[in-house]
Amino acid sequence: MNFELLFQLLLNGLIVGTLYGVVAMCFVLIYKSTQVVNFAQGEFLLIGAWVCYAFLVEFQMPFWLGFVFTLLFMMAFGIILQMVILRPMIGEPIISVIMVTIGLSIFFQAATKWIFGATTATYPQVFDTRTISLFGMQIETAYIMSFVISLVIMAAFYWFFKYSKLGLAMRATAFDQQVAQSLGISVKTVFAMSWAISALVSGVAGIVIGMVNGVSSGLSVIGIKVFPAVILGGLDSIIGAIVGGVIIGLLENGAEFVDGQYLHWGNLFSIAPFYVLIIILCIKPYGLFGTKDIERI
Amino acid sequence: MAGFSMRPCGDFRTTYRQDTRIFDTTFVRNAAILGIVAVGLIPFVLDGYYVNLFIQISYFAIAALGLNILVGFTGQISLGHAAFFGFGAFASAWINNHTGIPVLLSIPLAGMATAAVGLLFGLPAARIKGLYLAIATLAAQFILEDFFARADWFTGGSYGAAANPINVFGYEIMDDFSFFYVSLFFLVIMYVLGSNLMRSRDGRAFVAVRDHYLSAEIMGINLTKYRLLSFAVSSFYAGIGGALYGHYLGYVSAEGFTILLSIQFLGMIIIGGLGSVKGALMGTVFMVLLPEVMETGVSALSVFDWANSTAVTDGLAYIKEMAIGLAIILFLIFEPDGLAHRWQQIRAYWKLYPFSY
Repeated sequence: MNFELLFQLLLNGLIVGTLYGVVAMCFVLIYKSTQVVNFAQGEFLLIGAWVCYAFLVEFQMPFWLGFVFTLLFMMAFGIILQMVILRPMIGEPIISVIMVTIGLSIFFQAATKWIFGATTATYPQVFDTRTISLFGMQIETAYIMSFVISLVIMAAFYWFFKYSKLGLAMRATAFDQQVAQSLGISVKTVFAMSWAISALVSGVAGIVIGMVNGVSSGLSVIGIKVFPAVILGGLDSIIGAIVGGVIIGLLENGAEFVDGQYLHWGNLFSIAPFYVLIIILCIKPYGLFGTKDIERI
Repeated sequence: MAGFSMRPCGDFRTTYRQDTRIFDTTFVRNAAILGIVAVGLIPFVLDGYYVNLFIQISYFAIAALGLNILVGFTGQISLGHAAFFGFGAFASAWINNHTGIPVLLSIPLAGMATAAVGLLFGLPAARIKGLYLAIATLAAQFILEDFFARADWFTGGSYGAAANPINVFGYEIMDDFSFFYVSLFFLVIMYVLGSNLMRSRDGRAFVAVRDHYLSAEIMGINLTKYRLLSFAVSSFYAGIGGALYGHYLGYVSAEGFTILLSIQFLGMIIIGGLGSVKGALMGTVFMVLLPEVMETGVSALSVFDWANSTAVTDGLAYIKEMAIGLAIILFLIFEPDGLAHRWQQIRAYWKLYPFSY
């Protein structure tokens, strides 16, 4: 058994898993505060990465300026999307809401391919990429950077929901919309802001992945990987999303190890999360940390 | 009122027999038969392009009706319909190639095999519903897609599988002209069966499960049984549609059954109208014609300079995809009940014309 390779893969899994965790967190944020299942989460990453690329390469901006402009763009994008498309859908049955976000996902996927092309584009060099050795394992600085950024985003989320006024308002709205409204919280603003924050953070995740692997339409696959993660953790738990993301990242790389060493099936790592997903749904439908619905007539 | 050809302006049905009739009046029934005969004349009147479009519409419409039984009537969301469609195509080709059963028989057999697979992936539906079920079927889509690429013995792997043409009493159906009638036959049979199912006890049980599953259970409907049955029926339809698709093209490739096709199926029933048999047909017609119309539109615009640029001509595939996404979004915002509802309104308007209010 090749332990070195196993640890290397598990380390990769941890790093990728925290990124999944961040995206899953954005997904849960939208679900918790607006009860919308966002199938277009992966396209948020895609759009963030491409817009930043456009600012850096087409407009030749310095990195920090392009990054700030991308953040502003993603925020405006999230707010407009919520106001124009999702607001009319409030109170519609769940199938309609799901289909609207699926429609958005197809639309943006095709639109980015049309505008930016279907080939992979690489970012200009922003940080130097070196390989350093950590506990005897080779690891690229870009991966460490993405890991650190993920942790910073998670810490920022923690602070935001624990101490900031808007974060508390969002939690109150998620808990009970009517009570929140009667306490003077604008539910409209909260809905718009949760989409804005989700789009913004997903955009950052997209830029991070783009800097490591290059930008292509394949980025939006992460939006699909999010589903096993959130189902594992429970749809309405932010902690669960992070834990689920890390588990899925580890699982993928573990599956790749088993596949590469013993089975030689080829693409087990991309399909393993879905087998796990089905098993979890059969055993524990509300996930590890989710709240169980109790229905009354 | 059996002999009436006009519809009364109101609901005057007094017996269950009248309530569960497939066609409201004899006039509607005669019009439907006349419509089928008129469609049957298409190959004599129009050229091959339209015949091909109709064949596409018919196999997609069969699968779309299956999805509508699952989503529109039973209220269970499925994101994996394309995978079942594909399974039907491979199953029919495999049965025909390996056992020598004639194609006309292997198509319903493939439907049954697909129903069994649908039951397997519908098992989580016994416990979960709504969003969780949607995600479980999404997983089914990816697992089956992976299976198609991997199972060489069944699908031919990356080479794909060859499907023989349909053979009726020694006469091989090779060209579009004769395949048209085969697909029309299957379309009519499946739609009549579907309408009939929906007025039977099982069909009404589906609707009860959709409207309020707890009340349905209290009324004595076995929830698990009907949820699974709905999955089986829906996969059966998908399998029949897929088998027709496979034998029409003569070749089944593992790449054709992606999540995008699943979404297109969902788009068909949403645009046509959830919970409506004829809505499934209308939505399919819309969805199949949309890319064709886009193409005609773009070529009509080519008199302008900007429309001749490479950005437009090369991006046509993406423009079509964007149109699909946009159509779904716009329909959900502006006409959530779909084309079937619009059709009802048009009918209601003319029924009371000119005093329509």
